[in-house]
Amino acid sequence: MSIETISLSGRKKEVSNKKMSFLESLYLVAIVKGLFITIKHLFTRKVTIKYPEQVRPMSPVYRGQHMLMRDEEGRERCTACGLCALSCPAEAITMKAEERKPDEKHLYREEKYASIYEINMLRCIFCGLCEEACPKQAIYLTTSKKIVKANYERDEFIYGKDKLVMPLEQALNNTKLKTAN
Amino acid sequence: MDSTIIIEKGVFIVIIFAITMLMAMYSTLAERKIAAWLQDRIGPNRAGKGGILQPLADGLKLFSKEEFLPDTPNKFLFVVGPAISMSVALMTSAVIPWGDKLHLFGRDIVLQATDIDVAILYVFGVLSVGVYGIMIGGWASNNKFSLMSAMRAASQMISYEIAMGLSIIALLMMEGTLSLREISANQSGMHWNVFYQPIGFIIFLVCSFAETNRTPFDLAECEAELIGGYHTEYSSMRMGFYLFAEYASMFISSTILSVLYFGGYNYPGMEWATQNWGVNPANIIGIVVLFIKICFFIFFFMWVRWTIPRFRYDQLMRLGWKILIPLAIANILVTAVVMLLLQ
Amino acid sequence: MLTTVFYILSAITLASAFLTIFTKNPIHSAIYLVICFFSIAGHYLLFNAQFLAVVHIIVYSGAIMILLLFTIMLMNLNKEDEKHKSGLTILAAVASFCLVAYVLLAAFIKSMPILEKGDYYVSGEDYQSIKVLGQVLLDEKNGFMIPFEFASVLLLVSMIGAVLLSKKEEKISL
Repeated sequence: MSIETISLSGRKKEVSNKKMSFLESLYLVAIVKGLFITIKHLFTRKVTIKYPEQVRPMSPVYRGQHMLMRDEEGRERCTACGLCALSCPAEAITMKAEERKPDEKHLYREEKYASIYEINMLRCIFCGLCEEACPKQAIYLTTSKKIVKANYERDEFIYGKDKLVMPLEQALNNTKLKTAN
Repeated sequence: MDSTIIIEKGVFIVIIFAITMLMAMYSTLAERKIAAWLQDRIGPNRAGKGGILQPLADGLKLFSKEEFLPDTPNKFLFVVGPAISMSVALMTSAVIPWGDKLHLFGRDIVLQATDIDVAILYVFGVLSVGVYGIMIGGWASNNKFSLMSAMRAASQMISYEIAMGLSIIALLMMEGTLSLREISANQSGMHWNVFYQPIGFIIFLVCSFAETNRTPFDLAECEAELIGGYHTEYSSMRMGFYLFAEYASMFISSTILSVLYFGGYNYPGMEWATQNWGVNPANIIGIVVLFIKICFFIFFFMWVRWTIPRFRYDQLMRLGWKILIPLAIANILVTAVVMLLLQ
Repeated sequence: MLTTVFYILSAITLASAFLTIFTKNPIHSAIYLVICFFSIAGHYLLFNAQFLAVVHIIVYSGAIMILLLFTIMLMNLNKEDEKHKSGLTILAAVASFCLVAYVLLAAFIKSMPILEKGDYYVSGEDYQSIKVLGQVLLDEKNGFMIPFEFASVLLLVSMIGAVLLSKKEEKISL
C-alpha cells in the first residue's frame, strides 16, 4: 500500500478534475439531490434545548461557584490556613483568620477560623487548585452547581462568606441523608 | 351601478392589499422558521405561541430604531427609494385572478381587481419599474459602495427580465392571450401549463429567483457577508421597507408562477364541485388551492435558499445571457414548430 | 371626472418636462424625464390604449431610462465638469429649436378643429386590444407588415453594430 492510498480517517477522497458530462454540467441533478438532502433535515429531531424551561444536566465534575463546606454538625470546616490562597494561580482568594471563642464551638470545627473569606470572581479561573490544596476539605467548586452571575459593578464580584458558605439547612439535610443511608 | 362597482373593487383591493402585507409579514417568520428547521433548529418561538407574533415584534423593533440619514444632498430621493420598491411590489397584485367568481349579495363578484387585456405586460412593466427603487436608493445614499451594489442589483434584474420575457413568449403563443384571467381559465381540468412548457417553467423559475434578488442570486445584498448592498445606508423602517418589498415581491412571484404554470385557482374536480356544491364553495376551495400553491412556492424559495450556494457575479451573468436567453429562444422555436405541426 | 384627470396629468407632464430641461443635476433631470414618461403613459390610458401605455412604460421607463441612469450615475457628472458651450453650438441649438417650434405650431394650426361635445360618439369598436393591434401590424395586405419587419431588421443591424463595437480592436482589424 503506497502512501497516497492510506487514509487514517477512512474518509479520504481524491480530488478529481475530470471533465463533467453535459448532464452534470447542467447541475439540475445535483440541485435536486441537494434539495432532497435539505428536506430530509426538515423531519429530523431538533437538537435545540429551550433553555429557561429545559435545563441541561450539569456534568458531575462541573466547576462552578465555590462553596465553603460545613461538617455533619453544621460547623464550618475552614481553618483559615491560607493554602488555598497560596495555591491560587490567579490570586483571587483573601482571608483573615481569627481564634474561636469558647461559645462558638458549635459554629466552627477548628480552633482557628476565617472571619473574612473573599474570592474575587473576576480573577478566579475556576481551575480547582484551591479545592486540591485544602487539607480540611472545606472548599469545593463542584457542589454548588451554580454559575457565577453577571453583574454591572466590579465590587459585586467579590464574594464574601455570605455567598460562599454552604447554607446550614443544606448541611443538616446532608447529614440526615447520610445517616438514613 | 357605477358606485357599486367602485365599492366592490375598492373593498376587494383593500382585502388584497391586506393579504399581501400579511403574507409578506409572515414570510419573514416563515423564512426564519424554515431556515431553522432545515438546520435542525427550532427557530423563533418566544413571541406568542410558537413565535406567531414574531413579525409584529420585528416590525416594532424596526420602527423604534433610530432613523439615520446619511450626509446626502438628495434627502428626498433617499426617502423615495424604499417607497418605490414597496409600492411597486404591491402594484402587481392588481391583475392577478385570485379565483373565478363568487356569487354574493345577488351579484357575481369577479375575484380580480382588474382584468386588463395586457395583464402580463403590465406585470413586466411594473417589474421593470421596480429597478428604480434600488437604483435611486443606492445613488441617493451618497456612498460609492451603495451605488456599485445598486448597479449590480439593477443590471442583474435587467438581464434576467429579458430571459423572463422570452421564456413566457412560448406560453403566450400557446394561450393566444395576455390576460391572466383567460390563461387561468384555459388551464382548467389539469391542463396546467407546466406539463406543456416545462423548460419555459424552469427558465421562468430561475429568473424569478433572480428578479426577487434571492439566493442563489442574492449577491447584490449578501446579508451574510457583505454589508447589505444598496441598503447599506438605510436604517429603521426604511430598510424594513426594502426587506419587506423583497418578501412582497416573493409572494407576487409565487402567485404569478402558480397562475401561469400551475393552473391558478384550478384544481382537479372543480367542475364537478361547481355542479354539485354550487359556485361559492367550489370557488372558495379554488382560492384556498391557489394559496396552497403560492405557499408551496414561497416555501420553495426558502428551501432553495438554504440548499444552493451563491453564484459569483460572472457566473450569474453567464447563466442569464449565455444559457437562459438562448434556451428561451430555442424553446420559442420548438413550441412554434410543434404548434404548426399540430395545426 | 376624466377632464380633471386629464388636467392633472397634463400639468404633471408639462412641469416634469420643463424641470427636465431646467434642472442642473443630470440625475434629477433624468428622474423628471421618467416622471414625464409615466404621465404620458397615463395619457395613453385616458385614450383607453392599454397596450401602448404598458409598452411605453416597459420600453421607455423600464429599459431606456434605466440604462441612461446607469451611465449618468457611473459617469459622476458634476457641475464643474460642464463645458462652456461655444457660440456656434448655441446658434445651432437656437436655430433647430426655432425650426421644431415652427413645425409644431404649423401642425397645431393646421390640425383638425376641436369637436363639439355632441360630435363624440361611442362606436363600440375595438381599437386598442392586442388582437386588433396585431392584425394591424402584421397583416400583409392592409397592415404595416413591411415597415414592421424593416424596423426589426434595423434593430438587428444596430445590435450587430453594438457587438462589433464592443469587440476587441485586433479582432476587427483582421
